[in-house]
Amino acid sequence: MQTKRTVFQSRLLPYFLIAPQLLITIVFFVWPAVQAVWQSFLRQDPFGLKDTFVGLANYTRLLQDPDYLNSLTVTFVFSIGVTVLSMGLSLLFAICVNRVIRSQRFYTTLLVWPYAVAPAASGLLWWFMFNPSVGIIPYVLEHFGYSWNHRLNPNNAMILIIIAAAWKQISYNFLFFVAGLQSVPHSLTEAAAIDGAGPIKRFWTVVFPLLSPTTFFLAVINITYAMFDTFPIIDAATSGGPSQSTNILVYKVYADGFVGLNLGPSAAQSVVLMLIVVVLTVVQFRWIERKVQY
Amino acid sequence: MFKSISLAAAAVALSASASFAATEVTWWHAMGGELGKKLEEVAQKFNDSQSEYKIVPVYKGTYPETLTAAIAAFRAGQQPAIVQVFEVGTGTMMAAKGAVYPVYQLMKDEGEPWDPSKFLAPVVGYYSDAEGNILSMPFNSSTPILYYNKDVFKKAGLDPEVAPKTWAELAEMGKKIVSSGAAKCGFTMSYGATWVGLENYSAIQNLPYGTQQNGFGGMNAEFTFNGPNQAKFWDHLKTWQDEGVYKYGGPSAGADAAPLFYSQQCAAYMNSSASRAGVINNAKDFKVGFAPMPYDDTVTKDPKNSIIGGATLWVLNGQKDKAVYKGAAKFFTYLSQPEVQADWHQFTGYLPITNAAYELGQKQGYYEKNAGSDIAIKQIMRGTPSENSKGVRFGNLTQIRDVIDQQFEAVLNGKKTGQEALDEAAKQGNAKLREFEAANSN
Repeated sequence: MQTKRTVFQSRLLPYFLIAPQLLITIVFFVWPAVQAVWQSFLRQDPFGLKDTFVGLANYTRLLQDPDYLNSLTVTFVFSIGVTVLSMGLSLLFAICVNRVIRSQRFYTTLLVWPYAVAPAASGLLWWFMFNPSVGIIPYVLEHFGYSWNHRLNPNNAMILIIIAAAWKQISYNFLFFVAGLQSVPHSLTEAAAIDGAGPIKRFWTVVFPLLSPTTFFLAVINITYAMFDTFPIIDAATSGGPSQSTNILVYKVYADGFVGLNLGPSAAQSVVLMLIVVVLTVVQFRWIERKVQY
Repeated sequence: MFKSISLAAAAVALSASASFAATEVTWWHAMGGELGKKLEEVAQKFNDSQSEYKIVPVYKGTYPETLTAAIAAFRAGQQPAIVQVFEVGTGTMMAAKGAVYPVYQLMKDEGEPWDPSKFLAPVVGYYSDAEGNILSMPFNSSTPILYYNKDVFKKAGLDPEVAPKTWAELAEMGKKIVSSGAAKCGFTMSYGATWVGLENYSAIQNLPYGTQQNGFGGMNAEFTFNGPNQAKFWDHLKTWQDEGVYKYGGPSAGADAAPLFYSQQCAAYMNSSASRAGVINNAKDFKVGFAPMPYDDTVTKDPKNSIIGGATLWVLNGQKDKAVYKGAAKFFTYLSQPEVQADWHQFTGYLPITNAAYELGQKQGYYEKNAGSDIAIKQIMRGTPSENSKGVRFGNLTQIRDVIDQQFEAVLNGKKTGQEALDEAAKQGNAKLREFEAANSN
């Protein structure tokens, strides 16, 4: 106990103390990542019996592969779709709940529920509701003269996974927006009201700009979510089809590597994904933390 | 305390007779539901029949999941002794020479009886290497047949005892069924673009699927399934879909196909003969008819045999305890017994893999008592197999089937003609074959 001060002066102790966390990071993150990078330079049979070093061949082939370029487009459309839909709806819900005086907690609880649903279960849920043969929604749409079939219609499939993925994320966004709205000082909105600004004008000119840090933060989180955490939803709802129209990058890594057993090209894809994550993280830390301040 | 435990341990070690230390032989499989229960029963009966070895069946999910799990386990040195691999994975397994312990070799090494001529020829042909050696133990093989709803046929004014023989007849009947309002759609298929709708279509019509005898001759094979007849067939399916005669059941196995048939929305359904038990269980409200796969009389007047699907049992190298291989060999001998085979075949609808099991079934009068139960066997045994009807064997076939599914979807949603789609599928498929060839050549 008397040596407490000297111990803290030691240069080694801090490293020792963070060692467990460091170890976990190395074993579960750094090591697999290095392996992925190494594997992306190899051509290997599924059983790992034969390796050939092929340099950048897996990457060059990737960039010439129309399926991969298609997957990039699909991922872009999907993540923008999910982000806009889920953030738009949650902002709307947050504003509504913020205006309710009583039973605010009640609504909040209800709106947070979907977050507790496992992604695979959520995918199945929507798959079931939209199922072309037995689902309730195609049945209703048929009465309006629309024949829903996400098994064959790429647009239907895209809409389905966007709805399913956005629905899961609404709770998360909602909580942040409610918190954001509550931190907007009433004095400002009151002052605007006195100056004659209507509710819509007040929202767009006063509240929304003040929400911008939250909005920006959520935008990055939602894009990351749509790109990386939606695997179970896609697996359960469309499996990347029809004709690759919902085959987002993460799903393609799985389909090529784990189902197709094509490890080299799949590793190259995951390295590209890793770079995208790095870029998104840099954006998140540099830009959000510094630029969007009020 | 410690002493008594170590004494007990010593006692166990000394009396390490069979009853105490039954060698465990792990068997990873992909049979869920009723089939899984039956499989466990087979393993249990073997375990009860002797005391030296214990087969431990482990359910690993779907066929692709089981194969993936086995490969991952192999890479980590934790592989099971026996793994059930579906026919699509055959190319992958055959190329993995260091990983696989060929069954003919295993049986020879362990001194177990092994006579390939006892097995049904089409089954054995599919799983033999170029020298004619059987590499994996045939277990559950099936072939697609046609199931149809007799009640709907009657309602539409058709004779429920007469099944459509050709695709044209099927389409004609489908039109009648739809226009009379007896059902919403004529027919649906599992594996609509692959096993049933393209691989078997090509085999039955004696059309080549790929060069090198459909891939049996070597890894440098190329796809030729984009012939004019297959293209015309796909165009027909698109037309029939637009007329409501055909309904797509989804990619791969077609998750929606069976429900469409069970819910009487579609009057006919094509899938594996092993779906028989499931169909009978689910068709509570209507009578089911069984028939051979239709053939295309614009292409052939003499349909060839259909090709098999299903799975075989592969033995993996690298078990530390060599006794495990002895156990696996004993188990395979047990599996080949006519009684065991006949029981499995009759319960599941898979083909009897030995001639003796088929004969036993005939002797028992099983096929007379169960209408339609021998359609599959007769269908794979009919005529003389040609190079085009022996089966298809290609590497990366799981992925290639996905490509074909996608191109089929492009036809059904009107983006491509049958020819355009098949050309594209062949082109992409060939690229994947070349990848496989490169990864597996020395």
